[in-house]
Amino acid sequence: MFKKIKITCDKATTYCDKVQYGEASVKEIILLNIHLLTCKICHLYSKQNKTMSRIYKLKSNSCQIKNECLTSRDKQELKKKFKQFK
Amino acid sequence: MDKTNTSNTLSPNKWIDDYADYLFNYAITRVNNSDIAKDLVQETFFAGLKSAKNFQGKSTERTWLVSILKRKVIDYYRKINSKKGQAEVRMSFYDDGENEGNWIEEHVPQSWTSEVEKNIENNELKSQLDQCIDKLPEKYAMVFRMKTIHEFDTKEICKELNITPSNLWVIIHRARTQLRNCMEKNWFNK
Repeated sequence: MFKKIKITCDKATTYCDKVQYGEASVKEIILLNIHLLTCKICHLYSKQNKTMSRIYKLKSNSCQIKNECLTSRDKQELKKKFKQFK
Repeated sequence: MDKTNTSNTLSPNKWIDDYADYLFNYAITRVNNSDIAKDLVQETFFAGLKSAKNFQGKSTERTWLVSILKRKVIDYYRKINSKKGQAEVRMSFYDDGENEGNWIEEHVPQSWTSEVEKNIENNELKSQLDQCIDKLPEKYAMVFRMKTIHEFDTKEICKELNITPSNLWVIIHRARTQLRNCMEKNWFNK
């Protein structure tokens, strides 16, 4: 019984990462929480992981605003190569 | 205005003006490198021209070109995945022996200074994060960026890169533990 609910720190932190994306299963969340009750290190990882997710989200928001385009020089060069290829 | 061609003939002479930016954007959100993205777009146009006779007009010209670019992205991912001698991600856990699955001492999370929450929107922090992401092996950085920065669905990434969800979570987990460690050393506890 105990073996079934005991997971390693590697597994626990993997589940913790899945939680950050809302993609952990109910079973994974339960096993993670049981592990966190007894493991201070993973408990700290879990707390810091939430902060990391907030930082990633801010980064993600700033990245999604910009739309990258090729410069007209890039396009001219591409047209030249395309012509040669044809 | 949608300029995509819906007839069953292609207009290669207009491809660069009509689709180069769209394809470049598609590529750069996956590979995050302008030169590589440009090369992939160029290869897509060349491959499109070569196989123009196979175009049956069942999809738009743009969708057809994107499907070619998708294959180029998979080829690129396979290439970086199989690169011999490439740096592996720094493991945070023992992967065998009696300690298997336990934290490796030097990677154990340390408490951060109390200023963390105040500085979270700091631009220098963002640039430190970029540097930490750049230190990841390319494969890990690519999957991490697609999932976390560009917020693609797990299913979509797995389909695009031809990997399983469990592969994806191993990559994400290793990337996140290395990033946490890198940020701790270079920012939170500097």
